[in-house]
Amino acid sequence: MDQRDASVPTISRIGPFRASIATFGALIGSGFRRYATYRQATIAGTFTNIVFGFLRCYVLLAVAATAAGQRPAGYTAEQLATYVWVGQGLLAVIGLWGWTELADRIRSGDIAADLLRPVPPLTGFLAADLGRALHGMLTRFVPPLLAGAVFFPLHTPSRWQTVPLFAVSVVLAVVICFGCRFVVNATAYWLQDARGPITLWTLGAGVLGGLYFPLRLLPAELTVALWVATPLPSLLQTPLDVIAERDGPALQAGLVALQVVWAVLILALGALVQRRAERRLVVQGG
Amino acid sequence: MGELRAYAALGAAQIRSATAYRTSFLIELFGNMGATVFDVLTVLVLFRATPALGGFSLAEAMLIAGLSAAGFTLADFTVGNVDHLKSLVRAGTLDAVLVRPLGALPQLLLMDLPVRKALRVVFGFTVLVLAVAANDIDWTPARALLLVVAPVAAAVFFGSIFVSSASLAFWWVDSGEVGAAFTYGGRDFTSYPMSVFGGWFRGLFAYALGFAFVAYQPALALLGVPDPLGLPAWSGFLSPLVAFAAAAFAAGVWRAGIRHYRSTGS
Repeated sequence: MDQRDASVPTISRIGPFRASIATFGALIGSGFRRYATYRQATIAGTFTNIVFGFLRCYVLLAVAATAAGQRPAGYTAEQLATYVWVGQGLLAVIGLWGWTELADRIRSGDIAADLLRPVPPLTGFLAADLGRALHGMLTRFVPPLLAGAVFFPLHTPSRWQTVPLFAVSVVLAVVICFGCRFVVNATAYWLQDARGPITLWTLGAGVLGGLYFPLRLLPAELTVALWVATPLPSLLQTPLDVIAERDGPALQAGLVALQVVWAVLILALGALVQRRAERRLVVQGG
Repeated sequence: MGELRAYAALGAAQIRSATAYRTSFLIELFGNMGATVFDVLTVLVLFRATPALGGFSLAEAMLIAGLSAAGFTLADFTVGNVDHLKSLVRAGTLDAVLVRPLGALPQLLLMDLPVRKALRVVFGFTVLVLAVAANDIDWTPARALLLVVAPVAAAVFFGSIFVSSASLAFWWVDSGEVGAAFTYGGRDFTSYPMSVFGGWFRGLFAYALGFAFVAYQPALALLGVPDPLGLPAWSGFLSPLVAFAAAAFAAGVWRAGIRHYRSTGS
């Protein structure tokens, strides 16, 4: 957070609704600027995403080459390549790993300062995270996709609604991913040290989100159970299946509708956890 | 003798501190093992869709994945922590390490010995043992020796990759995730038959950087299967030599890096 946030008008004559929209927008901007500072880290991360893109793409294409009907789990080779490369681009956009800010602030006691702000922590962190995701979309999303398009034949969307649906799906995935990370970090209110839950999240989100392999390779009942009972497939698997056009138009839209449900549920859970935590919070420090 | 006692004290302190918060430690212990479990499960899931991967059966592919997992987990346990180097270089706190009368690298490794990664080493070697049992290997003294040497050589190779990629921070402080492309990327690359990959990507990683000799070539030599990519049968026995070359390279990069280090301050 830089100094410009102090000038954000939270109490003003333009009315409370427009003022909170302005605050939210300013926080998104600050999140964007914060990540725009680390240009070299952006380049380093992009390089790594591309290397992993080659790895996963070659492995899945080798599976497709010998699979029954050359369509493992119903994907053509082009769809699999799209799945992998868009996935590598989205990884930094949804920000699956590495966010421990809330847990760190709880442990150090800095959270006390956040509670004094006129913006609730859930809203403030969400806005900053949307700014981070926007920066990721503008810098980290395109290079892996370009690398994939240069070296592999990709699937070109054939329906008009696929790209807009994908855009909505990505925004929802960012919100769901943030909500999950918020709840996982918030366990620090009770545990002090949230490293254990964060380890489990890092582990589960990658595999069950569909990063390592498309979840459709698992038995069908298990895939459906994961999708309905956990928010994890809504993080990567849904946007990737939408852009790869793995399913018919109805299921494609249905998966995004399921994301809406999860986004509402996870934000509600985050708000509930925060409220319960504030009632029993012991500020750390000394 | 005094030096050894100092290292032992550093290591023991790490074990005590790791067990101070028991619940967190146990979750991390199993969480870390889970990462390697999922790597192996990924191979199993892929084989649900296909009877062969790059021309290799499930049992053969598991031997490659097992060699890679055993070598990587051992290296990650002993040397993997060197990737904290970038935060020490950034903050200039490496100074404190350099002024002590002990080697810089051993100190760095023992300052934060990842006891939480111990269980995954056990799992990595378990996969290797099961994969060896699942394959019908025609045992000769040379192959028995190779089975013992190959995981150690793989660990030395991965350890060299860890040290070389962490040393990048001496010249490029913001190198960030670049190292992960070679350490974790290398682990994923070596878990699969080289015939899966293609073009210049395979040429670069498998042969120019030497990753083919970590698990793939030794597995072929153990199985007695000819290499579909045409390297001779004895090339699996080159793995200790390749590991030695990697270690020599890493040592050179590390020394050059330490000499290049100029501290920082504000």
